Amino acid sequence: MYPSDYRYTKEHEWIKVEGATGTVGITDYAQHALGDIVYVELPKPGAKLEMNQSFGTVESVKAVSEIYSPVSGEVTEVNAALATTPEKVNSDPHGSAWLIKMKLSHPKELDSLMDAAAYQAYIDEQQKEASA
Amino acid sequence: MSTPATAQLRKTALNAVHRRMGAKMVNFGGWDMPVEYSGIIAEHLAVRTAAGLFDVSHMGEIEIRGPQALDLVQKVTCNNAAKLDSGQAQYSGLMTEMGTFVDDLLVHKFYDKHYFLCVNASNQDRDFEYLRAHNTFDAEVENSGHRYTQLAVQGPKAATLLQGFTQVPLDTVRYYHFSSGLVNGVDCYIARTGYTGEDGFELYFEPEHSEKMWTELLETGRGEGLLPCGLGARNTLRLEAALCLYGHEIDETTTAWEAGLGWICKLDKGDFLGREALLQQKAEGLQRVLVGFEMVDKMIARDGCPVIAGGREVGQVTSGSPAPFLKKNIGMAYVPVGLNEPGTEIRIGIRGREAAARVVKLPFYKRPK
Repeated sequence: MYPSDYRYTKEHEWIKVEGATGTVGITDYAQHALGDIVYVELPKPGAKLEMNQSFGTVESVKAVSEIYSPVSGEVTEVNAALATTPEKVNSDPHGSAWLIKMKLSHPKELDSLMDAAAYQAYIDEQQKEASA
Repeated sequence: MSTPATAQLRKTALNAVHRRMGAKMVNFGGWDMPVEYSGIIAEHLAVRTAAGLFDVSHMGEIEIRGPQALDLVQKVTCNNAAKLDSGQAQYSGLMTEMGTFVDDLLVHKFYDKHYFLCVNASNQDRDFEYLRAHNTFDAEVENSGHRYTQLAVQGPKAATLLQGFTQVPLDTVRYYHFSSGLVNGVDCYIARTGYTGEDGFELYFEPEHSEKMWTELLETGRGEGLLPCGLGARNTLRLEAALCLYGHEIDETTTAWEAGLGWICKLDKGDFLGREALLQQKAEGLQRVLVGFEMVDKMIARDGCPVIAGGREVGQVTSGSPAPFLKKNIGMAYVPVGLNEPGTEIRIGIRGREAAARVVKLPFYKRPK
């Protein structure tokens, strides 16, 4: 379910790294928790981000959720399609509904992120706590 | 993600059914309630185009019986219950001495000595105590919420769907009227009322029949597009219809005039709690008034966002949300009287920035005739 080549944050973002470029989005767990996504607010290309810095919001009918950068770097591309079809975040959160692409400034930061198995265990734990 | 049910949260008779259906649950006014089943947008659109089924058993019911039942109702509410026929209902306010709201409610008249009040879930107990405190009459007040499951069937197909379950000719149950009869073999009050801006019915019946009613209505209705709907869609629907929500548009600080509810205020019906204060405010004029607005900028205004004019905060958003049917972002807010004309440009403070909005006429949505 969770792509094995992605890395994951506790705030439910994912990052897929190819060379020194990362593609960032929110996970299926996050989109499901939020419900129908109606609006996505993203930075402009060129924005410089620190690891864990909030860089935008994903809004559902009922809630506003901030999105945090998994790593430090510079935004190179922003997913323009989400301005007109934000609901893609619900239907394809790990694929076509990527949020930003960025150039990593400190690739070693990736070591502190969860892999797919760790993330799955993390959300299993969250869901168990929720229904306790 | 679902909120866990704790021992302290109240549950309707259908709680286990909602959870089994995988509904996302939330604590609403101390009740463990479904927010959504398949998604707020799908549920909202189902109500506007087909039908939706809501468990609204968390709502409170208070019954007033006795030779002076009407006198008590008239004293504590602003609308004129003396005008009600048997089998008729009216939207009204439970009033404070200041002409502000203890609650909003529906008053149903069974007959001269029996009135049935449907009140907000969060105010049930408070309303009951309030009625008892003001009951200087030959009347008995019963907090009867536990005796009823309340289901709402709302949408253009609600009548056709429900007709398949009852011999009561539903075309004879007019808007804001109610009847009694068997629905799916269960004794019900059948009221042509609702909180969505669509045609529809609210059914009141004994809780032991809850699962049967819910499941069988859904099974039969699915083919016609009937969806189970939660509090998420209930809120977006009532907002499009510009219906007030207690704690947002109305509370103990808002007068009937300020809230645009002068139409339920019958000053000439005789004395009632708050009448003096309302007369006074009418003479003095209002400082603030409730308006509807549409976002012009793409951002979404949320409950509590400040309304900004002339560089300062002049009011607050009472309810703000996307409107799934209208495909706009809308809201209601209290603004100074000078800013209430439709077309007036206002700004809404959203997470530290200002977004452009425009005052519009209410309601945002009116169902086609």
